[in-house]
Amino acid sequence: MNLHEYQGKEILASFGVRIQRGIVAQTAAEAVAAAKRLTEETGTGWHVIKAQVHAGGRGKGGGVKLAKNLKEVEEIADAIIGMNLVTPQTSKEGKKVHQVLVAEDVYYPGDSETSEFYMSVLLNRSTGRNMIMYSTEGGMDIEEVAEKTPHLIFNEEIDPATGLLPFQARQIAFNLGLSGQAFKEMVKFVSSLYKAYESSDSSLFEINPVLKTSDDKIMAVDAKVTIDDNALYRHKDYEEMRDVREEDPIEVEARAAGLNFVNLDGNVGCMVNGAGLAMATMDLIKMAGGEPANFLDVGGTADAQRVETAFRIILKDPNVKAILVNIFGGIVRGDRVAQGIVDAYRSMGDAINVPIIVRLQGTNAELAKELIDNSGLAVHSAIEFKEAADKVQEVLQ
Amino acid sequence: MSVLVNKDSKIIVQGFTGSEGTFHAEQMIEYGTQVVGGVTPGKGGQEHLGKPVFNTVKDAVEKTAADVSIIFVPPAFAADAIMEAADAGIKVIITITEGIPVADMIKASDYIKNRDCRLIGPNCPGVITPGEAKVGIMPGFVFKKGKVGIVSKSGTLTYEAADQVVKQGLGITTAIGIGGDPIIGTTTKEAVELLMNDPETECIVMIGEIGGQLEADAARWVKENGNKKPVVGFIAGETAPKGRTMGHAGAIVGGADDTAEAKKRIMQECGIHVVNSPAEIGKKVAEVVGA
Repeated sequence: MNLHEYQGKEILASFGVRIQRGIVAQTAAEAVAAAKRLTEETGTGWHVIKAQVHAGGRGKGGGVKLAKNLKEVEEIADAIIGMNLVTPQTSKEGKKVHQVLVAEDVYYPGDSETSEFYMSVLLNRSTGRNMIMYSTEGGMDIEEVAEKTPHLIFNEEIDPATGLLPFQARQIAFNLGLSGQAFKEMVKFVSSLYKAYESSDSSLFEINPVLKTSDDKIMAVDAKVTIDDNALYRHKDYEEMRDVREEDPIEVEARAAGLNFVNLDGNVGCMVNGAGLAMATMDLIKMAGGEPANFLDVGGTADAQRVETAFRIILKDPNVKAILVNIFGGIVRGDRVAQGIVDAYRSMGDAINVPIIVRLQGTNAELAKELIDNSGLAVHSAIEFKEAADKVQEVLQ
Repeated sequence: MSVLVNKDSKIIVQGFTGSEGTFHAEQMIEYGTQVVGGVTPGKGGQEHLGKPVFNTVKDAVEKTAADVSIIFVPPAFAADAIMEAADAGIKVIITITEGIPVADMIKASDYIKNRDCRLIGPNCPGVITPGEAKVGIMPGFVFKKGKVGIVSKSGTLTYEAADQVVKQGLGITTAIGIGGDPIIGTTTKEAVELLMNDPETECIVMIGEIGGQLEADAARWVKENGNKKPVVGFIAGETAPKGRTMGHAGAIVGGADDTAEAKKRIMQECGIHVVNSPAEIGKKVAEVVGA
């Protein structure tokens, strides 16, 4: 589950990580009130208005702006709230901004120069351990840094038996070239950041930039936080942070129905049991000259009700020109699934207005094909995987 | 010969009396698998499906000499079940459970690292040696005995591959479902290595998907070890968008190296017979073994 910047920062702060402070606002008026309050609490003169959407690169799309007085706060907030923010990580249409974070200005002048670093915490899949990845090159796209100056990216891997050790936190602060007060602050920052990561069951923290202020404080200016979905049962309070406005409405509906669904841009919908077979089916659609319109794993119990829900969700996409059902009957019997499809089709009547290709393999495959063929419905049946692909090609022509 | 499980394997079921455990244990027994008992804490001393129930894995091992365990315990308790099995001396721990928190698996995989055991999964269909032992949730009838080994991250795609192989008149030595999670016990490379060293296996089918480096690591190992047996490979997810999790928690394209395209290229460079279409796995196997 992805979180907004302001939610991620809330979690960080709750574990003692220093953050750039801010208040979230839904309207321009709320933004002005937030700015006033923030000035009272922090003494900040200027404010940064930041669009809250689940996408990176917000600054590049005009979603992050500096306001030097309250009038500017109002104008900028008014312009950003409601806009469709297009960034390198969104679609061409962009993402609608529903709220902004009014944040304190932390780049104030002082005794030393400010500097920006990069830091993330994530799983190293090849070792099965968490690691802290960090760089002196903050505030930039880390993939670009990895490509151009890979020697400026460092890793610190965490032993699960001991957790982050003090020498590792010091190592990070030294590698970032810090000394004195800033060094001490960084050691504390890293320790509390890792504690926050572990305790919140996150699967990704990306703090870019981590800022050293002109008075040698270390703080998180941005926060990208992803919580491990499988661990949400331990964190009911985080579950409440889910913002369904940021998700595809069809995917939200599918999740509520217990279906594993990802919406895509193509013209052939598919319904498959098992994630690997579902991906393979998408690939086959492409080879047959179509483009997959979705990923959908219906799971082990493909009964009439589930099949009908799945059909309805797939058909919400007006680009769908055909649907391929690919079920490998194992424990679930093919003839039962076939009956489910026939029942769902009958119950939906005219709602199904595209050709359906059903490929049932495995337990009782022949019986299943017979059932479909004798149903009198406009359903193409197949048993072999290749046959199904040929039929897709046929109906697309 | 076969790998991991055979007719002599003594199997216990953890989460024996739950609905999943009961259903699949019944199927396994029907297949002829030597299930010697099960574990459900608090239900020790009872009998279930005609087999003894134990409170702890340790008890079960002492009384039945079990050496293989299959885990159907719910996600919140599954990592603990894995560690309990390892501590009790179980040699092969097969974990079917899907949805275990990553933090729990980091702990469990670290715990078992220096113990004499092998973890398969989690989030996998299990392991089957046709005609001898089915320790998993796969439909047994699809798998006929033969000389082709299968390694796969996915359940139904394993059945698909096995079915295609069997329809070519060939059969399976052992099919290993390694699982689709970001952290799994036995990697693609390790599973391929087991089959490479199995005298009965003449050809290996390796099925992977987007995300991670497991297939590339396995491919490089195959090449470094002289391509002793032909390997047929398929990677699912050519059409998957970047940054989205496709069903399996581990199936997500992060960078440039873990796309289907990149993996297939590396596999090809390492002398693996890569098929682009999932419908042609069986045909390719027949071709390379000359059947």
